[in-house]
Amino acid sequence: MMAWLSPDTRARFRRNRSLQVGLILLVVLLAITFGGPLLLTTDPIAVDFGQALLPPSASNWFGTDDLGRDVFTRVVTAAQIDLQIAIMCVLLPFLIGTAVGLVSGYIGGKTDIVLMRLVDILWAFPFYVLVIAIVGSLGPSIANMYLAFTLVAWISFARIVRGEVLLIKRMEYVQAAKVLGYSHLRIILRHVLPNAITPAIVFMMADVVLTILAVTSLGFLGLGIQPPTPEWGVMIAEGRNFIFDGWWGSLFPGLAIVYVGVTFALLGDGLDDFLRPKA
Amino acid sequence: MSTATSLMTVDGLVTRFNGHGAAVTAVDGVSFDIRPGEIFGLVGESGCGKSATCRSLIRLFGGAPAEVAGGSILFDGLDLATLNDRRMEDIRGARIAMIFQDPMTALNPTMSIGEQICEGLRRHRGLGRRAAREEAVALLASVGVTSPGSRLNAYPHQFSGGMRQRVLIAIALACRPKLLIADEPTTALDVTIQDQILKLILRLRDDSGMSVLLVTHDLGVVAQTCDRVAVMYAGRIAEMGETRQIFRRPAHPYTRALLDALPAHAGRGTKLKPIGGEPPNLAAPPVGCRFHPRCAHAIDRCRQSLPDLHAVEPGHESACLRVEELGL
Amino acid sequence: MSAALVTTNPASPNAVPQADALLEIRHLSKSFAENRNMLQFASGRPARVLQAVRDVSLSVRPGETLGVVGESGCGKSTLGRCIAGLYEPSAGDVLWQGRPLSAIGNRRAASRQIQMIFQDPYSSLNPRMTLQQTLSEALKAHGLGGSGKQRIERVEELLLTVGLPPRLKDRLPHALSGGQRQRVSIARALALEPRLIVADEPVSALDASVQAQIINLFEELRDKFGIAFIFIAHDLNVVRHISHRIAVMYLGEVVELAEADALFETPRHPYTKALLSAIPWPDPEHRVTSTGLEGELPDPLNPPAGCSFSTRCCWVEAACQAQHPTLDTFDPGHLVRCRRMREIN
Repeated sequence: MMAWLSPDTRARFRRNRSLQVGLILLVVLLAITFGGPLLLTTDPIAVDFGQALLPPSASNWFGTDDLGRDVFTRVVTAAQIDLQIAIMCVLLPFLIGTAVGLVSGYIGGKTDIVLMRLVDILWAFPFYVLVIAIVGSLGPSIANMYLAFTLVAWISFARIVRGEVLLIKRMEYVQAAKVLGYSHLRIILRHVLPNAITPAIVFMMADVVLTILAVTSLGFLGLGIQPPTPEWGVMIAEGRNFIFDGWWGSLFPGLAIVYVGVTFALLGDGLDDFLRPKA
Repeated sequence: MSTATSLMTVDGLVTRFNGHGAAVTAVDGVSFDIRPGEIFGLVGESGCGKSATCRSLIRLFGGAPAEVAGGSILFDGLDLATLNDRRMEDIRGARIAMIFQDPMTALNPTMSIGEQICEGLRRHRGLGRRAAREEAVALLASVGVTSPGSRLNAYPHQFSGGMRQRVLIAIALACRPKLLIADEPTTALDVTIQDQILKLILRLRDDSGMSVLLVTHDLGVVAQTCDRVAVMYAGRIAEMGETRQIFRRPAHPYTRALLDALPAHAGRGTKLKPIGGEPPNLAAPPVGCRFHPRCAHAIDRCRQSLPDLHAVEPGHESACLRVEELGL
Repeated sequence: MSAALVTTNPASPNAVPQADALLEIRHLSKSFAENRNMLQFASGRPARVLQAVRDVSLSVRPGETLGVVGESGCGKSTLGRCIAGLYEPSAGDVLWQGRPLSAIGNRRAASRQIQMIFQDPYSSLNPRMTLQQTLSEALKAHGLGGSGKQRIERVEELLLTVGLPPRLKDRLPHALSGGQRQRVSIARALALEPRLIVADEPVSALDASVQAQIINLFEELRDKFGIAFIFIAHDLNVVRHISHRIAVMYLGEVVELAEADALFETPRHPYTKALLSAIPWPDPEHRVTSTGLEGELPDPLNPPAGCSFSTRCCWVEAACQAQHPTLDTFDPGHLVRCRRMREIN
């Protein structure tokens, strides 16, 4: 799509501060996440009581926790796991929700009514209650977390996409596509989807932030990643136990979560502006 | 040319829109006057600045980043361009009223139309509730709304487009303004309803003696309703005069081209005569006469100097440098 | 392909083609049930029905331009969409070259014969596709224009046909003006080489000078390719210029059908007369002072019994409200739906 590299696109990018800063933060995040562990020399799970609860210093940038593990190493190692989970837990619902929203909005009629009633029913349950119920009953594991989020989170995307599809269906270029004899599949994929998906993508960015919080909350509650695997939420939870002796144990994982949140919030904001085609 | 009896005299009005860094001068040195009891037309195509001009008169830009950057607007002894906001509010709605193009969005959907009419009556004329309602009924009757008493409690969505425009006119007239600014009031309406609304405006003018500034792109509307008219192009006035003069003897190539392009003027079987090219980008208008890139008679002088209006015959002015030469 | 099929190319709009009807609509009706919420559904009362198009019969010959005029609520847009296949008619038949439209085949096959151009240039093109992509898609979807390079050439040829420079092909719609976008929509319709184009208010959203450009383009294409047009509009001056015959619609019905000049010079139906006299004529020496048409359009969910126009007609009689008038011949080729058509003329 040559249109992406057009001078107009480049100009829009240059004007978009949020997108620029968001991308910079993202690149730094990804560099640390994937490059970091390769450069780290310390073992994130090795216990060494002699080194317990050391404050941040030149040798331990973020200090050590109550088991003597280097907090910095653990925060960086946890990044991979937390990001991976967050993205999967957002991507799968995004794909399913978009598909349902597209079909429901485009076909309309009884299909739409049935699907939307299903959405309404699921919507009535608080998000955390459902997720915790699923993970709690099936047992804490990464696979079950994916399952829980996928089953519950798709409804937001379905609603957003359906709303856009209903608007776009009425656009004359969609009507023209019908008169031009295009197959419904082509119309949905080529004309409706690209124009309906922007709000869903933007929501996905915001959702990454919320999902990281949810994953770390599950970890905090003991329903997520199990120790000794480092995970930010678990680290904050464990950090509670020695918070007066070593505040750095909870603070730095917390800051990491904030950093990811800010990154994706800026990306979402910037993408919203950038992806909207000019009328 | 302003006369001592003008109701409003606009002199050298300049209005600028500041958006996204680039400033657009939508109105660039416009001067005209409106006399008491006359219907003055402002005609041109989209983007010519006619809407911006009438909004500048009462400084109603709807939140758009616009400002009156120059010129004077003399009305009833005051210069509206220099008036502060509070005093402008006193004038808006009371001495100068305005109706807009889209009757669907000009009315508040959550208020009954009775409430909307009475709002103005109580603000500007200080009427009590009962008196305001009685006056509202009378106003609705005067604009041709049937069973006005029962309609007072109705909501805008219960009215058709034509009815809503009548309600808007009623609201506008509630305070007996001296000047009614009508910005494309019938463009969104069907032709038979347009006819009704235009005839209503004419009748109201005859009954009350108020003046009307009528903005439109339709030369037919101008011919049927306006006493005098100014033809605008790219933020400036190209030609101005009595309606009869303009149609009988169009003294600017743009006016001529507009009239020639009308399907009504083309015989069947002959091609229509559109004006070649596109209207200019007001962020970077052409140097010299704004119309020269599309003008069949443009010469070097046209490309160099920005022409002002000058008299062609009494009451008739044109901004074309070559009026006499071309025998327009 | 269509250029080869045409037998007569009317050089002047006064020459009416002689071939048999290309499209024929017989007693076409289209109704919509009103949307109801759960409460209304549960009440058991049947949904009210909006009859957008009522018993319309028309025909279009190859290369002919049929104008359809009327004001809001008259059903002209709905009629256009029924013909183009966007709506399924509730009753009646659409015949193509004498055979039912369904016999042509599926929607895809029908789209090679009948195309449509829409009113709003700002929403009739996909904002994320370049002109090249939009036009190529039309060609590719129907196996036209050959392979890659040939297709690009065909796209450039189409752009030139509608008066656009081929270098615009890599632009997105937002970079074009309203008039240019309409040209692209026309090019897209032409890509399929249709024999009939339904144009639904194609110039209403454009400035007067641009309108003239697009009307000229339509007439050029009509003369060059022999395409028939159904030209739906509310601007009578434009319709008069471009049409051979004109149908006037009111509240879902055709109330008058005649050759363009005959309709304008001798309108026979009271609504047509009112419509024509309401047009603001661009001549200040001739100001129309008589009162125009009074009243408002009746509620389409509850049309008047008898003649639809009876609520506003100045010649109305008791019998007009009792009996629904039929479309009868006033003169050969001039049909009028009014019981009193001979008395009032």
